[in-house]
Amino acid sequence: MRDLTNEILELIRRTSSSLPPDVEKRLRESIEKEEPGSAARGAFETILKNIELSRANSTPICQDTGTPIFYVHYPVGWSTIQLKKQIRAAMVEATKKSYMRPNAVDAVYDKNTGNNLGGDDFPYIHFEETEDDELVIELMLKGGGCENVGRQYSLPDNTLGAGRDLAGVRKVVLDAVQKAQGKGCAPGVLGVSIGGDRGTSYVKSKEVLFSEMGTRNNDPKLAELEERLTSEANEMGIGPMGFGGKTTVLDTKINGLSRLPASYFVSVSYMCWAYRRRKMTVKGEEVTYD
Amino acid sequence: MKQLTTPISDEAIRDLKVGDSVALSGIMVTGRDAAHKWMIETFIKKTRAPQDDDLQIHEELKKLLNGSVIYHCGPVVAGLDTKEYKFIAAGPTTSIREEPYQADVMKHFNVKGVIGKGGMGPKTLKGCQETPAVYFHAIGGAASFLAQTVQKVHGVFKMDFGVPEAMWVIEVKDFPVVVTMDSHGGSQHAVIDEASKKVLDGLLEKPY
Repeated sequence: MRDLTNEILELIRRTSSSLPPDVEKRLRESIEKEEPGSAARGAFETILKNIELSRANSTPICQDTGTPIFYVHYPVGWSTIQLKKQIRAAMVEATKKSYMRPNAVDAVYDKNTGNNLGGDDFPYIHFEETEDDELVIELMLKGGGCENVGRQYSLPDNTLGAGRDLAGVRKVVLDAVQKAQGKGCAPGVLGVSIGGDRGTSYVKSKEVLFSEMGTRNNDPKLAELEERLTSEANEMGIGPMGFGGKTTVLDTKINGLSRLPASYFVSVSYMCWAYRRRKMTVKGEEVTYD
Repeated sequence: MKQLTTPISDEAIRDLKVGDSVALSGIMVTGRDAAHKWMIETFIKKTRAPQDDDLQIHEELKKLLNGSVIYHCGPVVAGLDTKEYKFIAAGPTTSIREEPYQADVMKHFNVKGVIGKGGMGPKTLKGCQETPAVYFHAIGGAASFLAQTVQKVHGVFKMDFGVPEAMWVIEVKDFPVVVTMDSHGGSQHAVIDEASKKVLDGLLEKPY
């Protein structure tokens, strides 16, 4: 099997230093909504300068290079053992090259491993076998600040008057945005799961963040709720960094899952504006990135 | 935009109001979760006995932090092998985690400001009034841009905490911040929190 360590290293470099075009476009549109001379507009100006600088110098957009989340879609016949070794080797190299900050800390002994390899789950790798002949590796870097403001609700939630329906989902998601304030590096993107158990609900609320900005759920009811949540979240006026302003949330993506009759979880994963996700595709000898 | 260079006087701090944009220059020290816990336990509450060169570092920090600024930041640093350190990416981390410690640390070392993101709570706001000090908000995620304001890395303490948690002594030029908590009890974060809560309450009343 082909050794892809260098190609994966390139994927990490791109993900850490070059924000995807759809995210950058949305940020550039958003700055126009803020008042000239406002702190919100100033925040956007710095954000946009930083995006250009990181891309030009191959330096991390954010020093918190986050939890590396890999989704690997591999054709029949590829070895996931080998792919995992290559991803881990690339992660060590990326840390040496300062594309990644050493970010794996042993939670019991409080020691940073120094090379971004923790136990078996750091970096996090999800493998999915496909019937396609292309190998696709997706990478998302999700920082700790935004991860910390994520929330999970078990409905009904009586304090918010949120029942077990989409009306209840709307209420808890808006509550999560208000509680996050600017702490998750607003403006953010919301990944929402409805259903699942506590574990899958959170996992799927992140998985939905791999889709492009503006991609709507196929279910018209959920698509409508996605649009409505983005618009209502922005009515709260929290603004970039929590300075106050028009843009608090850039987009909302919802996943509908199965649930047990007894459970109704809603999980909200908050992604900061430094929404770092990239993809590499291996087809025959050719490797492409987007 | 106001220009301030560390060490900063009490008068200059009292002059600052919520909403002021400031370009900071001079020497400052990074410190986040592990550093704050260590400073509180070892030198302030003294619930942990000093170990190794802790007391010597304490003396150095007293000189460095008097009138200066603590930056909540866990940087990406190049040159770890050669010790010719260079800041590659250095934006602010979320400050609220230091809420239990910040006010006591500010008073103990006479710190005139902390730089971070997301703002802090009532205990720190009270600490800002008493010390006096302010909270400077930097732009979260703007790590490459902010690293360019770091002119020199003078040294590092507590490398055993790991690169992000170590205390880096840095010299910056025109580091851009906005005052979001001042020494007169003003907090932009409390204002926005309250205003957004009112809007939320209205939204929750709306039918689906």
